[in-house]
Amino acid sequence: MPQTSDVMSGLGPVPNVRPTLRQRLVRGIGPAGAAYVFLFPWLAGFLVLTLGPALYSLYLSFTDYDLIGAPRWTGLDNYTRIATNDPKFAASVRVTLTFVLLSVPLKLAFALGIAVMLNRGLKGLTLYRAIFYLPSLLGTSVAIAILWRQLFSGDGLVNGILGQFGIDGPSWISTPDTALYTLVILAIWQFGSPMIIFLAGLRQIPGDIYEAAEMDGASKVRQFWRITLPLLTPVIFFNAVVQTIEAFKAFTPAFIISGGTGGPIDATLFYTLYLYQEAFGYFRMGYASALAWILLVIIAFFTAFSFLTARYWVHYDD
Amino acid sequence: MSQATSIALQNFVKRYGAAEVIHGIDLQIEPGEFVVFVGPSGCGKSTLLRMIAGLEPISGGDLLLDGRRVNDVAASERGMAMVFQSYALYPHMSVYKNLAFGLETAGAAKDTIRRKVEHAANILQITPLLDRKPKQLSGGQRQRVAIGRAIVREPKVFLFDEPLSNLDAELRVQMRVEIAELHRDLGNTMIYVTHDQVEAMTMADKIVVLKDGHIMQVGAPLDLYNRPANRFVAGFIGSPHMNFLTARVTGRDGDRPILDIDGQTVTLPRPVPGLTEGSTTTIGLRPEHMRLDPRPGMQTMTDIHTNLQESLGGQTLVYAQTPGKQRLIIAVNGQHDVPREIEIWFDPANIHVFAEDGRTL
Repeated sequence: MPQTSDVMSGLGPVPNVRPTLRQRLVRGIGPAGAAYVFLFPWLAGFLVLTLGPALYSLYLSFTDYDLIGAPRWTGLDNYTRIATNDPKFAASVRVTLTFVLLSVPLKLAFALGIAVMLNRGLKGLTLYRAIFYLPSLLGTSVAIAILWRQLFSGDGLVNGILGQFGIDGPSWISTPDTALYTLVILAIWQFGSPMIIFLAGLRQIPGDIYEAAEMDGASKVRQFWRITLPLLTPVIFFNAVVQTIEAFKAFTPAFIISGGTGGPIDATLFYTLYLYQEAFGYFRMGYASALAWILLVIIAFFTAFSFLTARYWVHYDD
Repeated sequence: MSQATSIALQNFVKRYGAAEVIHGIDLQIEPGEFVVFVGPSGCGKSTLLRMIAGLEPISGGDLLLDGRRVNDVAASERGMAMVFQSYALYPHMSVYKNLAFGLETAGAAKDTIRRKVEHAANILQITPLLDRKPKQLSGGQRQRVAIGRAIVREPKVFLFDEPLSNLDAELRVQMRVEIAELHRDLGNTMIYVTHDQVEAMTMADKIVVLKDGHIMQVGAPLDLYNRPANRFVAGFIGSPHMNFLTARVTGRDGDRPILDIDGQTVTLPRPVPGLTEGSTTTIGLRPEHMRLDPRPGMQTMTDIHTNLQESLGGQTLVYAQTPGKQRLIIAVNGQHDVPREIEIWFDPANIHVFAEDGRTL
């Protein structure tokens, strides 16, 4: 006798076909159970590699732990010390905030400028896009950080060029007043990723809106400020949030350029670099964990602030 | 106050690289005229409008506004305003800001802007919508705002690029009437692009029929309907479109040609120069010029086989074919239950005769 489904489908009875793995699973443990089986590889990875270590680091942040002995519960001591008696923490926050507040707006402005330029129906756009994106792929690599050190050192290329004009430049990376700014320039140079996103956003703005503005007598500059920029605010917002988080997490360039010290005189002591020093320099895992959780709170605060203010300046079309 | 302007296109040409898409068009538009450019997709009607607007460079020829050559004058300085098919409203601005943008750009005083925006809003009955954003408006309301944006600039010429094609049928009819009333009230020169010949017929003072970058005919709507210059215009103007039948000239009754259409004899009521005995020609007969019952002076065709009928209530469309399998659409007033085989009646004065090259004879 044919199965009901065969009759319903009008295809008639089918010969005995071996049920698939999925059919056998569903029959054995139900649809929800089968779903968990397929979900397991990701779920295991999430629990073991992400959530587990995160919760463990939260626990460690309340302990004194040097990787050798067992963690010793110290309550809020780590947090109290960070808040009241750690000048390096304050220095690293100051350096990181300066870096974030300078590099993110400048990088976004630079990326937007290049995207607007590329959006003007340039011939060979694909090639230019690839060339401009390249620094983003290379920028966080160790090799580029080393190259950057060569560029801005006392006898580097930058001073070589300045020398042509009779200017005797300092060693930019070993002068406390300028070291951080070389890292800001390196960050700006990695504008490719936000540029690609800006370019996609610019492509989304309908051409006839610009034609309407042209009929209304708006110059190209006015069109940019009154049409392009407001319509691009969702993309600006997205890029700003992502780049801010990235900037807070910046590590490699400062590590390579300062040789892992955050010098000169803590001028490039990024928060993550200080955290690294505490964890793997002094093996104060509990203290480093507390620093990591504070960084999470700082990033969450900035992100939440961005979302709260978005309603006042981000325009969504629907 | 009306600011009607004359527009002249002289040997107007548009090229994209080596490809010429507008081929030396000459056209005179009188002050205050409502001119409709109509034609199938790709005929160049929107390109022509955009060239007049200043959004597309003119490759050759001259554009004259009130006799002044404006080829090189910027779009915003030609005294024209354009309503786009997609409305092209600024989505991040309120309706008020949308209307005011052009005036703000021109540096108008705030109270002048307010007065003009409120005046336009009043004309278009969109005053309650001034604080809303475009996304909060219906299609018809957006179209009104787009028209309002044109009105506030007090242009000499209004340009409409298929402004109703995104609206549903009922709203299209309503907006069609409103645009016609606006033209009557403002008296400006208006150029309107559409592919919909019903819009062209109902709104235009003058219709310009375009095909492949050439003007096929220019004239008043009923001129084009009654006296199409060629087969293309005859087929394009009128809905349902004109029937075209192949006929053979078999003889003459005096100087009136006698035609044979699939074995049926039809005598034309007038001499037609260029029709020689034994030659084949194409005749055109509009669906609404055929009847199912006789009238004095009418001629008939028998053995017409009906394939399908569409009852529209006030009118019945019959899809049929002649004994020689030539297709016919017959539009008869009223409600009918049409049999499979019918006889049709028509006044031979309504027959159009076309030469081999498509010209009307």
